[in-house]
Amino acid sequence: MTVMLRAEGVSKAFGGVQALQDCAIEVEQGSIAGLIGPNGSGKTTLFNVMTGYERVDAGQVYLGDKKITNLPPQRVFALGMGRTFQLTRIFPRLTVMENMLVAAQHSGHGRARNPLARAGGRAVRRRAGELLELTGIAGHADALADTLSYGQRKLLELSYVLVADPAIVLLDEPAGGVNPSLIELLSDRIRELNAAGTTFLIVEHNMDFVMGLCARVTVLDYGTVVASGPPDIVRTDPRVLDAYLGTAEEDDDVAGR
Amino acid sequence: MRTARRAGGALVFFAVLALFPQVFQNATVTTIAVDTLIFAGAAVAWNIFSGYSGYLSLGHAVFFGAGAYTVGIAARAWHTNGDGVFVLLLLAAAVAGGLSVPLGLIALRVRRHTFVVITIAFFFIAQLVATNLSVTGGSSGILAPSPNWTAATFNDPFYYIALALLAATTAASWLIRGSRFGLQLRAIRDDEDRAAGLGVRAMPVKLTAFVISAVVTGVAGGLWFYFIGQAIPQFAFDPLFDLSVVVMAFFGGLGTISGPILGALVIEPAQQWLTLQYSNEYLSEILLGALFLVVILLLPRGVIPTAAEQITKYRARRAAVAAGPAPAGPAPPGPAQAGRAAAGPAQAPAGPAQAPAGTVPQAPPAGEQAGTAAREAGP
Repeated sequence: MTVMLRAEGVSKAFGGVQALQDCAIEVEQGSIAGLIGPNGSGKTTLFNVMTGYERVDAGQVYLGDKKITNLPPQRVFALGMGRTFQLTRIFPRLTVMENMLVAAQHSGHGRARNPLARAGGRAVRRRAGELLELTGIAGHADALADTLSYGQRKLLELSYVLVADPAIVLLDEPAGGVNPSLIELLSDRIRELNAAGTTFLIVEHNMDFVMGLCARVTVLDYGTVVASGPPDIVRTDPRVLDAYLGTAEEDDDVAGR
Repeated sequence: MRTARRAGGALVFFAVLALFPQVFQNATVTTIAVDTLIFAGAAVAWNIFSGYSGYLSLGHAVFFGAGAYTVGIAARAWHTNGDGVFVLLLLAAAVAGGLSVPLGLIALRVRRHTFVVITIAFFFIAQLVATNLSVTGGSSGILAPSPNWTAATFNDPFYYIALALLAATTAASWLIRGSRFGLQLRAIRDDEDRAAGLGVRAMPVKLTAFVISAVVTGVAGGLWFYFIGQAIPQFAFDPLFDLSVVVMAFFGGLGTISGPILGALVIEPAQQWLTLQYSNEYLSEILLGALFLVVILLLPRGVIPTAAEQITKYRARRAAVAAGPAPAGPAPPGPAQAGRAAAGPAQAPAGPAQAPAGTVPQAPPAGEQAGTAAREAGP
């Protein structure tokens, strides 16, 4: 199996807080991988340093064979890695379709075009329309994104990341604050897209969601990887139980921070 | 269809403006008209950068003044006068554009309030430089060369060049708004970091808009200088210029195509008239400030978007009445409620079938249209 995304020895500190400490993760091409851990364990920070939103203090990040350590977000995206945010970020004053077209601007086939050409060619609009159908918000294509509900915004963010056909998508809590039926829809769509070839790395607190989807789960605690493997094994790993339930050592808080 | 109607409207609008000096030949009126057109061009140019990108520049007077001084210094050095001076507007464009690149590279590294403060700092630096250099004539400024046409038709060349500048800038604004470039600008306005994460190269995009905007402002400044006949530091680099273009754009509708024009057509003649009528320039300044307050408090989105939304709502209501009261109830909700109505089923408990958000609900047509109107409030 080829490795699609790999981080090695990544460390990142914010002032005195060591958010990531010698962190390593691997995502296999064509898989759905999970990243879990308690609040503040560094999951989002790891996403940020891998997608160029933060710089690493030490360590390397590879996308395929290419080193992408500390590349800016637009380069990382152009190389084929898209992401969503925990607090959904859409463009509220653009229409839903325009939101889709922003991401389509730099999808390989459009790079050399005239910048004054009207946004979105026919092929791009059709692809965007298909993705909106897939996520079920095509009926709102001409509405301002601002008018969408929270769940619909999550779907829009997932859709527009996909419009440029990234090789790998990082989802930061896709099921957070979303109702159960929508969670079902999300996991179905992720499975479909994965079957069509997109690799996923998912941060999520909803254990059923993660364990149901992911072939491999990595667990972070205090910025380091404490376990990694198939869901069933990780679920019973004592270190993971420690991290989540704090059973073994009650003085964790004092020692760790 | 809508595009055709709008293009027709724009054509009629500019045709009326082209005929204006033939109908109104009073010099006081045409003087105000020239001034208004120059400011309208500057306001549309300001909006191409600040309105679309959301980076509010309070330093565009730097480019306005640079254009004015460029024409003045070049005309003096090359002994240009008469019609030939208008050719120097190209030089004004080049100087303003060239100046905007380093200024943009510095200021566009920061955002929001910090960006605004930096542009104000540029403005004061430019004014101080103009006051203290000998080439700019220090505090007594620089005199424009004398036009070589008769007093009776004195305003006409200025009028038509200002009109051409406004027409070209408006066309550019319209092209940019619908283009990939414009979409990237508006994405930057809404969430710059997110846009970068979707492949938008923010710095080149912002800088390009900044330069385009500065070039037009430089031409406007050069034209204004020749028209007024003199540039002194506090009027070529005038904080009132910055405030005026901002109020014009906000009044008409920030980020729309026609908004800044509407703002200029209302505000500039009113200011000039007040100044003439009461021979007191402070009155118009006080009223300009008051108008800004009123716009921000009561019409934060500007006249054009608000009016467009009201019209669409009214039409939708009439259409609903004409179609006969539906069993669900005749009153169509506004855009906000429509959004929530559409959101409803997504948050409702799961139905028997897996109800994906957004497939089931069809927002009432009125709401949809109002949402579209708010976006399409462009021209």
